[in-house]
Amino acid sequence: MLEPKLFQDLMAAVGAQGLLTEPEDLRPYECDGLSAYRQVPQAVVLPEDEAQVIAVLKVCRQAKVPVVPRGAGTGLSGGALPHAHGVVLSLTRLTRILNIDPQACTAVVQPGVRNLAISEAVAPYGLYYAPDPSSQIACTIGGNVAENSGGVHCLKYGLTVHNIRRVRGVLINGEIIEVGNEALDAPGYDLLAALNGSEGLLAVITEITVKLTPKPQLAQCVLAAFDDVVKAGTAVSNIIAAGIIPAGLEMMDQAATRAVEDFVHAGYPLDAASILLCESDGTPEEVAEEIERVTKVLEAAGASEIRVSRDEAERLKFWAGRKAAFPAVGRITPDYYCMDGTIPRHTLPEVLAGIEALSKEYGLRCANVFHAGDGNLHPLIMFDANIPGELERAESFGGRILELCVRMGGTITGEHGVGIEKINQMCVQFSREELEAFHALRDAFDPYELLNPGKAIPTLRRCAEFGAMHVHHHETRFPELPRF
Amino acid sequence: MNDLLKSWSERLRAARETRQELELRGGGSKSFYGQAPRGEVFDTRAYRGLIDYAPTELVITARCGTPLAEIEQTMREAGQMLAFEPPHYGPGATLGGLLAAGLSGPRRPYAGALRDYVLGVRMLDGKGTLLRFGGQVMKNVAGFDVSRVLAGSMGTLGLITEVSLKAAPLPVAELSLRFESDAHAALDQLARWAAQPLPISATCHQGEVLTLRLSGAQAAVRAARAKLGGEEVPAGANFWSSLREQTQAFFAGEGELWRLSVKPTAPYTDLGAAQLIEWGGALRWLRFVESPDPVLLRDWAKAQGGHATLFRGGHKNRGVFQPLAPALLQVHQRLKRAFDPAGVLNPGRLYSEL
Ligand SMILES: Cc1cc2nc3c(=O)[nH]c(=O)nc-3n(C[C@H](O)[C@H](O)[C@H](O)COP(=O)(O)OP(=O)(O)OC[C@H]3O[C@@H](n4cnc5c(N)ncnc54)[C@H](O)[C@@H]3O)c2cc1C
Repeated sequence: MLEPKLFQDLMAAVGAQGLLTEPEDLRPYECDGLSAYRQVPQAVVLPEDEAQVIAVLKVCRQAKVPVVPRGAGTGLSGGALPHAHGVVLSLTRLTRILNIDPQACTAVVQPGVRNLAISEAVAPYGLYYAPDPSSQIACTIGGNVAENSGGVHCLKYGLTVHNIRRVRGVLINGEIIEVGNEALDAPGYDLLAALNGSEGLLAVITEITVKLTPKPQLAQCVLAAFDDVVKAGTAVSNIIAAGIIPAGLEMMDQAATRAVEDFVHAGYPLDAASILLCESDGTPEEVAEEIERVTKVLEAAGASEIRVSRDEAERLKFWAGRKAAFPAVGRITPDYYCMDGTIPRHTLPEVLAGIEALSKEYGLRCANVFHAGDGNLHPLIMFDANIPGELERAESFGGRILELCVRMGGTITGEHGVGIEKINQMCVQFSREELEAFHALRDAFDPYELLNPGKAIPTLRRCAEFGAMHVHHHETRFPELPRF
Repeated sequence: MNDLLKSWSERLRAARETRQELELRGGGSKSFYGQAPRGEVFDTRAYRGLIDYAPTELVITARCGTPLAEIEQTMREAGQMLAFEPPHYGPGATLGGLLAAGLSGPRRPYAGALRDYVLGVRMLDGKGTLLRFGGQVMKNVAGFDVSRVLAGSMGTLGLITEVSLKAAPLPVAELSLRFESDAHAALDQLARWAAQPLPISATCHQGEVLTLRLSGAQAAVRAARAKLGGEEVPAGANFWSSLREQTQAFFAGEGELWRLSVKPTAPYTDLGAAQLIEWGGALRWLRFVESPDPVLLRDWAKAQGGHATLFRGGHKNRGVFQPLAPALLQVHQRLKRAFDPAGVLNPGRLYSEL
């Protein structure tokens, strides 16, 4: 229950239409895309403009109440999970596109604008916003910045951090900060880099200038099947070795392909151990040249089948399967748990073998979807939360995959963020001093530690309780002990 | 920890205790840049050499003292490059200095900036602690992105000991074109081209000449050449490297060189000096014979969405970099205090408050 004084102050800040406190109104906010974690907040505030955001933050800072910023709530790491004693600050009413400058190739948008809505709004100018998370119809640009989200085209066009020019935000004390500008660099420390991927801990983002990209004249996609996962992995390396940076380079294993085929009938070969999708875009001449080179590499790597999309409809069909991979797996299992480790590409065969061994050990099935071009792995662990103990087993399985990624020289999260989900694995990836540096960076923005507390960076105490070993220099502290 | 790093760590710890100010320096090629260096020189060149380079992973990792020229040579042999085309400003430029200065060259608007290619760092902070941020993989959102924050930090947050950068393939084809054009017309033309999918990889306007570089697949460059017209520049590569290194005639002579980074569509404005325009309009170099009024330049740059830097020459005591807004400066000061509690690493090199 909200204290009367806090209720009154929040009411004064956002008005009755902007404040939710009834249990049935709060329920939809109890989790984000990671529904294994739930917490009903004390209140949800829905400001209509930046002035109201400032007012809310001032109230919360005065009352020492934690604030959890929230976009569309599609996050997959529990970043927007409410705080038991806190307020959820939803940015979904800040949905205006403030300016489109087709000549400078930029747009100024509010944080609640949906990712896809930006591309739709600028399409008449032949432009689009390049980062395309699969959740792009729903997720907000504010959430994208806070997570530094990626998409299937980020190998060539970059992650969110590469496509943001300027962020305006409000600090917990109500002060406005602007980082970046309309130019191609800014004076001082690159705090724009810090805000990208800040998971709501540094500032509440209220305005964003995004970079727009001219739409390529043509895009074409190659689908290649392999009877062996290692061959597919080699093909990926060979494409890069040939000096080709495709617009997208994705891999799916057989479990994922079969789930998808049942769902969207993308025409994927079902007998393949793994398939690759490789997209080329540019002028028609450029695409023809690149497709020819890619096809040669794929043939040499031993692809059992190669199909080149003949038209836009077929290209979209190829992608429809990949983009529906998560929901497709959702159809064949009561619950699934999506991991997000990134590894150096050459360790792929070893990591896939490790995942398979773990799958046997835990007795849980796992489908693999992979942003192969940049080494970002999405194992989808299938389980049934209604079977006692299965969720815990799935989580433990997932944790082991992440530790494996760290040991291979990779990272626990490529694009979904740490949130609450991977907070323990942060103790594995970073040393005490590194975690202290993260806390210091947070304190430089929010010395009160009221913005999204408990997420993204674990307290040292938490790490001590988790008893994690920090895997330094790709080595574990007790290499002699068996892990698989 | 490596023995050399151990001794460095001890030296940093001692400096903290005795409040001994240090000037972190690689090859000294960018000593002219930023506020005047002060303190005891801490030479970083001894820690050098490639650590890891697997071209198929698109990642190169090297120690801070490694000469930039050596890194670029190694990459060229593997058919790759640093896509942000960093300026060296002297034969001694090192990798650590490159990251600390955070400068990018002609390809910046089209391929991204130095910070866009930073994947990870190792550093010694002002307490002498060895820290690792980021890594060697393309995507990594575990923890705040400290490695990118270090790009352009001018050595004020710590001694960068290792850097991992993303590599890019060398373009298959490259060619340069020249057009007669005054500055107004050139900026209009550049804005029109920017909104089209053309393989432009660098632009330069100076005097009455607009020069353009095309890079990419054979077919793409050929098609763009046919579409754009203009006259082909012989030995185009030399033109761009001399532009990057500021060895062209425009940059010669005494006086002040100002760097105005603005939105690409900022109108051409006579600010009392000869101008050279790069980055599709987003970077304007101004050569003054007489010292200009810095306030005027800063106000204009700010109104055009950017900032002004006194790049070479002139009086640094009036400030080199555009002042920061109070709230932003406060965040900077807290960050500086966290990484360098005694304030001894390159003190004042970026701002007098840091
Ligand atoms: C089916 C599905 C597919 C997905 N595919 C991808 C994918 O391909 N690539 C990818 O990277 N991610 C993907 N995601 C994850 C998710 O969509 C992204 O992380 C997205 O950026 C979250 O945006 P959101 O608006 O939903 O943010 P939320 O989930 O509401 O919030 C995410 C985090 O950002 C913070 N936050 C939100 N808005 C603000 C703000 N204005 N200011 C400060 N902090 C803020 C929150 O506190 C939280 O920590 C997918 C999710 C689903 C459900």
